[in-house]
Order: sequence, then C-alpha cells, then structure tokens
Amino acid sequence: MILASSALPDNAGYVAAAYLVFLALLLIYVGIMAFKLGRVERDVVELNQLADEERAEPARPAPAGEEATRV
Amino acid sequence: MITGYALAAFYAPMDADQGFIQKIFYLHVPMAIVALCGFVFGGICAVMHLRTDDSKWDLRAYVAIHISIILGVGVLLTGAIWAKASWGHWWVWDEPTLVSFLIIFLLYATYTPLRFSIEDREKQARYASVFAITAGAFVPLNFIAVRSATSLVHPRTLSSTGNLPGDMALTFLVCTIGMIMLYVLLWQYEMAHKNTVAQLRSLKRKLAGDDGLRARRSAAPELQV
Repeated sequence: MILASSALPDNAGYVAAAYLVFLALLLIYVGIMAFKLGRVERDVVELNQLADEERAEPARPAPAGEEATRV
Repeated sequence: MITGYALAAFYAPMDADQGFIQKIFYLHVPMAIVALCGFVFGGICAVMHLRTDDSKWDLRAYVAIHISIILGVGVLLTGAIWAKASWGHWWVWDEPTLVSFLIIFLLYATYTPLRFSIEDREKQARYASVFAITAGAFVPLNFIAVRSATSLVHPRTLSSTGNLPGDMALTFLVCTIGMIMLYVLLWQYEMAHKNTVAQLRSLKRKLAGDDGLRARRSAAPELQV
C-alpha cells in the first residue's frame, strides 16, 4: 500500500475521483434499473396468480330462467 | 471499455504538459462525445416518430435522451474534477466549451419535466418529439459555434491541427468505442425494460380488465401493445 502510494503522482487523487464518479453513476443507474426489475417481477407473480385463479374457477352455472326456457 | 482503460493506465504515455491528470481525458472526452451523439440520435428517433406516428420511436428517443443526460452528469462532474486539478477552479465561466455543454445539458434536463407536465399521451409524445428535434439540431450548431469561438483554456479535442501521438490516439479510440458500446448496451437494457413493462400492462389489462391498472401520470412514453 505504502509502495503503491509512493509510486503514484501527487494529483492521482483527482484521476481516481473522476473514474470513481463514473463508476458510481453507472452503479446508481444499474441499481435503479434493478429496483424497477424487482417491480416487474412482482407484476409477473401477480399476473401468474390471476391466471391460476381464472383457470381454477368452475364453469359458471346457467341462470334459472334460461334453464326453464330450454325445456 | 476495460481494454480502453487498461490502455489508458498502462500503455498511453504520460502527457508532457499535464502529467498524470491527463488520464481523465480518456474518460471525459469519449463520454462527452457519446452524450452529444446520443442527443442527436434522440432527435433522429423523434423525426421518425413524427413521420410514422409509431410510439416505439418516441420510446427510443426518450431512452436515448435519458441515457445521454446520465452521461452528461458524468461529463460535468469529471470535467469539474479535471478543471480543478489543472486550472485550479471547479468551473470557468469564460470558457465557451464548458458553458455550451452546460446549456445543452440544462436544455435536455427540461425534457422529462416537459413530458411529465402534459397529461394527454398523444400530445406528450408529439410535443416531446418536437422538442427533441429542435434540441437535437441545436447540438451540432452549438458545436460549430463553440469551435469557431476563441478558446481561452479548454483544448480542442477533434482538431485537425492538434494531433494526438499514436499511442494516445489509439487509446482514445478504444475508449471511445468502449463508451459507444456501453451507451448501446444501456439503451438496449432500458428499451427491453420499457417493452417488458408495456407487455405486462397489456397482459394485466386482458386478465384483470381496466380495473387492474392504476391510472398514473408518467413522463415515460406508453407503448401501444
């Protein structure tokens, strides 16, 4: 560590700061997108449940009046 | 990008004038070039949107401008750091290159609030496209105007007279290609996300009816699936 710091020029901190700013921006962007992806995932789960419920619903019984007219 | 920054660190020679600080050049300049080209690309997508009336082009313009704004923040921050290191000031108001980039950035910073302020989706898309075309045309005009102005301290990067040495030019080229690839990757990533959300909303509408969707105001374009 001491060797590395002595080998670096005096103003290396500025260069490191610039590259770290860029990295931080990228990470913030990816983090926000990951958060949004989590929301998409929740929506998919919700839709999956809705589809399951629709499939599990029994066929609707015909109204009584309709039954009488058929006879 | 990794190759480019490895070249910047280990291959590119140290600048005789600025020394180690000049390494910021390989990040700051490609980022600025790609951000400005992204704004112009957004304008081209907006032209296509007005020509075809296809909401996909509006979405493409929106995403292009969004990513360019993020890169624009990076350009301003890394530029300020570089300015502090080499000129002793975070910002120099007399310098046309700096101020012109700030004007472009602030102009595009109003793009999202403009979209958000318009509730009607069709109007929002049309007005945003007109804005993107006007601002997109402003970018190269501004670039030409700045280059014709006398520079005080900021160097000219893409100049026919100030040639970079071969090693530096190669490193710069690789870094620029890397930055373009990053831009394309992020653009595709966000496009895929927006398309997926649109498909999900459509599916939700089919399964749960319109009751399943909360009416929400958004600056992002709504794709018709």
